[in-house]
Order: sequence, then structure tokens, then C-alpha cells
Amino acid sequence: MNDSESTPQQKARTKLQVITRKPRKIPERYYKDELLELEAKGEIVVQRIPDTFVEVEARGGRKKKIPTNKLWHHKSCGQCGHIPGYPTSILWMMNQMGVDHLDPRDQTSCTGWNYYASATSNPVAQAAVAVRNFVQAERDGYFPLIHCGTSYGHYKEVREELIHHPDIREKLRRVMDKLQMPVVFPEELVHYSEWLHVVRHEVAARQVLDVSDVTIAVHPACHYHKLIPDDAIYDRDVLSGERTAVVTAIAQALGAKVGDYSTWHDCCGFGFRHILVSRDFTRSFATLRKIERIKEEVQADLVLAHDTGCVTTLDKSQFAARGHNRNVGIAVMADCQFAALAMGAHPYKVVQLHWHGVDSRPTLRKMGIDPEAAWKEFEELTAKINAGEVEFLTWGDC
Amino acid sequence: MSTDPRKLPIHADARHADVPLEEKQRLFDEVVADTRYHDTLYGCYECGICVAACPSARFYDFSPRVFAQTLARKDVHGFYELLVDSVWDCSQCFSCTRCPRQNSPGGLITIMREVAVNNGLQSAKDALAAYSRVIYKVMSTGTQVSPDMLQPDFFPDWGPDVQAVSDNLETWRRAIPTETLHTLELAWDVSEKTRVELFLIWKLTGNFDMIEKIDESSYLILEEIMEELLEEHGYDFDDIESII
Repeated sequence: MNDSESTPQQKARTKLQVITRKPRKIPERYYKDELLELEAKGEIVVQRIPDTFVEVEARGGRKKKIPTNKLWHHKSCGQCGHIPGYPTSILWMMNQMGVDHLDPRDQTSCTGWNYYASATSNPVAQAAVAVRNFVQAERDGYFPLIHCGTSYGHYKEVREELIHHPDIREKLRRVMDKLQMPVVFPEELVHYSEWLHVVRHEVAARQVLDVSDVTIAVHPACHYHKLIPDDAIYDRDVLSGERTAVVTAIAQALGAKVGDYSTWHDCCGFGFRHILVSRDFTRSFATLRKIERIKEEVQADLVLAHDTGCVTTLDKSQFAARGHNRNVGIAVMADCQFAALAMGAHPYKVVQLHWHGVDSRPTLRKMGIDPEAAWKEFEELTAKINAGEVEFLTWGDC
Repeated sequence: MSTDPRKLPIHADARHADVPLEEKQRLFDEVVADTRYHDTLYGCYECGICVAACPSARFYDFSPRVFAQTLARKDVHGFYELLVDSVWDCSQCFSCTRCPRQNSPGGLITIMREVAVNNGLQSAKDALAAYSRVIYKVMSTGTQVSPDMLQPDFFPDWGPDVQAVSDNLETWRRAIPTETLHTLELAWDVSEKTRVELFLIWKLTGNFDMIEKIDESSYLILEEIMEELLEEHGYDFDDIESII
């Protein structure tokens, strides 16, 4: 869209983007320093970032190391259970890029979705669940890469509570003693979209599809950039450094058009409890505040998100809204799914788009993918599974 | 605070006049006694930034500002009204943390919900009535959302794709290249060793006891599952006591 075609709102937003602010004063101490201090006192063990990492700026200008090797997949229950192409795309990309990574069975979910929904837990139990996972990652010799935005946000809260509440630390230590485990906490909490952000140029170098015809709207996860915001990555060259750079930067690196819209900062409407048992609220918010705004202001082909709940909410809420003649119908996927597609991943064997609600075929065609042919290939495979000729799809089949 | 009805705050409506002030005060004190409480509330300008950012405020009679104000004023009648009603409307997105006073109304609500559950309030039971299968799932498997939950009767508004997933569930799970995802009842294949450790955490932290207060049926089923696995691994279930 050229400038003469812009709406007054779009012009106003463009103007806002050129406003520069004075740099924030960088605090002298960060969470990492507090953790290292606790380690020096013998209270905890801090798992260090592996030797291979990229340093970026987090909010406020402090340096954050993002590891690029020896990664322990801290999986998401919502992704693995309902949108399995989400983690599968991450693993496929790492296989392609030769990253040393581990997909553990000795992992539980953070259980944070349930905690935020029902409160049927307590801070010590939640800290123990987190630390048990971190102990396992350390014993396996890999660094936790957190797939879920909820887990990432929840673990930031756990870290805050451990640093500032000796009573919680003391109770946690007694629990971990019973489990015969130390209290381990990683030097940094790292979300997979941060890994994708720092390797985006390598991903772009491996790109096989032209995605320049695809217009994208980004939805950032609240628990990534609002809940304890200082961990989130910002970049002065992405969205003027005024908004978190993850997701937008990978889409831009791949050559897609990224459109801006007025409700960018809004939540998706997930609500934790609401998405499961009060979906009238979730559906209303997701469609009225996000999807319709994106459709009207950006005319996007695709919404990219980086969290379990956001992808689920923005995707699944659109079906019933069609019954009310709402202006919906935009495909939704995670940044890693889009990146994997651009790298040549199969849309159904790897990216598993058949688990999503909104029809993604128009977007796939814009990317140069023949969805019908790809689906036929997938159905040939499932026919073999049903006939007992093969037990499972393997990476070799992809 | 006065108990004179003419001086009651605006949020103390007639519905809860039968609840003694002492009971409301006891619950209020439990919230304030939480170690996290003073990290969530520093005062309130009444600027309304939290309300402007709040998704729940757009669709419910809900306001994060009212939570901050009510608790800051130690308005126990208003607090009780919030505790038994709109506390469950919060989306827990923490958009409200952009508060210029560094308040976290969402954090206050987390604490209030825990108090509602710990005290077995009927309002909490009602709010979580349809949710018990999720609590059961996460506590028994360590993963909250599983493929076998994708059924049309649970998600009728998600369209015909849910039916397609349900019809093809086992085949489609096998048609995922990630080895840990060939599961139906769990989001991924959690090792038995890890489930044992998780069950110990639920017992040792008192998390398991919380469930009895809110959902006795789920508690009894969970007790059976946890007891069996822990005893297989040499633990005496009844000897494992909460250390919290």
C-alpha cells in the first residue's frame, strides 16, 4: 500500500514510529546477578549458557545471551497436544541446521496453564515443578529452551519469587532435598522465538520459497513481553525498538511484508480458564479485537504468533464467528511453522497444518506450495499407517 | 471498619450481607498474609491504565482498578464481593502490569484465587466445575492438554476440524515425526520416573490436599493413581506428608 492509500489511523501510526525516546538507564543489577549471588551463598546452582550463543539486547538495553546449541526442548503441552506442528517445526529446523538438541521424556509441562486458570496450586509447588525440569536439563547436559510463552512467563515469576522470597526458597529446598535434587536455575530464561530470532539470517540463507507476496500481522504473547518484561528482546532496527523484535524480525528476514495494526498490544483473549470453559469471552475478544482489526487494517494473509495459547485462540475462535457473519478468515500459525515452510518443510508431514482450524491453503499457494499435492502425499502416508505397513512417520520420511 | 449498613462501601451489596464481617476479614487477612502480596500492590492513582489494557474489562463487569483500590483501602466487604464473583473473570494476561505504580492486579487475583480454592468456597467450585478434567489431567500426567481432549462434545464451536481430528486421532498422532508425540492421553510421552517425581512434589507441597477442598471426586481418583505408582516405586503414600 502506498502512502496516498493509507488511512488516517495508519498515517498516525507511521508518525508514531519515528518518535525516539531517550535511552532508559540500564540497571546495574539483573536477575542473573541475583541468581549468581544466591549461588555464591550455596543456596542454588546456576546453569550456565553453553559456549555457543548470540548476544542481543533485552528491554532496557542489557545484554542477553541466547544459546544456539546444546538445547533441551522444554515442550509445551498445548502445542504438543493440539498443534503438534509447532514443536515439530522447531525440531525439524534444528535437524536441518545441525543443532545439537534433546527432546526429553523426563520433562513435565510447567503446569502454569492450570495454575493461571484454576489456582489449584501454590508458589512452592510451582517452583518445584520448574526446578525439577531444570535439574533434569542440567543432568542431561543441555540448556532449557522453553517452547511455551506461558511457561516462559511463569518461570520468570518463579525466578522472581525465588530471588525475593527467602521463605519460598527455604520451603523449595526442603522439597528438593526429599527428591534428592539441588535447586538449579538457568542463567537466562530463553524462549524458542528468541533462538529463532538470533538465527534468522541463517534461516533466511536456507530459505527455498519466496514469501514476499505474503502479508503478515504479528501477535506478541502477553507472557512474553508484558509479564516481567525485562527479559524480552528489543532491537532498534525492528519496529523502532518500541516493541519486542521477536517474530517480526524473522518474518522480515524471510522477506514477508509485516503490517501494523491498532490493537497490536492487545491480549488474544486466551484467558487460561476461559479458552477451556468460558469460550464466549475468548471468541469475542479474539475476533472483535484482533482478527477483525487485522483484517480491516492490514488485509493480512497470515497471523504469526509465538505462543501456544495465542495460536490456539486466534485460530480456533474464527469458526463460530463466521456464523455471526463476522469479518474473519485469516490463517494463524507460529513463527517457527512459517519459517520451516520457507525452508521447504512439508506443510502436513512436518508443519502439521491439518490440526489448525482456519484454511491455510490460500496462504500456502502464495508461498508457492501446492497444498492439494502435499495433502495427497500425507494421505498416502496415513494409508500406509492404517494398513500396518509403517508404524510411525519418521524424520527420514520428511 | 464500620458494620453500620449505612456506611458500607459501594461493593457490599445485599447478596453477601449474611456473611459475617469476621469471615470476610479472615479471608482478607489470608490474602494479605501471602508472601507475594506486597509485591503486587503499591497504591493506586486511579488512572485506569490497567482497565484500558485489560481484555476482561471489555466483556465483563470487571475492573483491575477496582481490585487494586478495594484491597488498598482494606475494604473487606468489597473484597469479599470480588472474591466470590469477578475474581474468576480475569484473563491472567498481566496486561495490567503496565501500571505506573508497578501494581499487578493480575498478581493480586492469583493470590485471591488461591485463597478461594484453599477455603473451598462454593464460588470457586462453581467457577471450576467444568474444569475438573483438566486438573485431573495435569496432575496425573504432568501435561495439561492432551490429544484425546480434542472431541466435538468438548469443542463444538471449533468447527468440523475437531471432528476430523477425533476421527483420525490415532493415525494422525502416528503421522508426526517427533518420537515423543506418538501419544493420545498425554501431550508427550512423560517417563515414569518423572511422573513419580511429580507426584512427590504434589504431595510434599500440599498441592494434592488443595484438590480435596475443591473437587473431591478428582481427589479420590488422583489419590488412587498416585498411591499405586508411588508404592510401586517403594514409597509409602500415607507417610509422605506436606512439608509446607
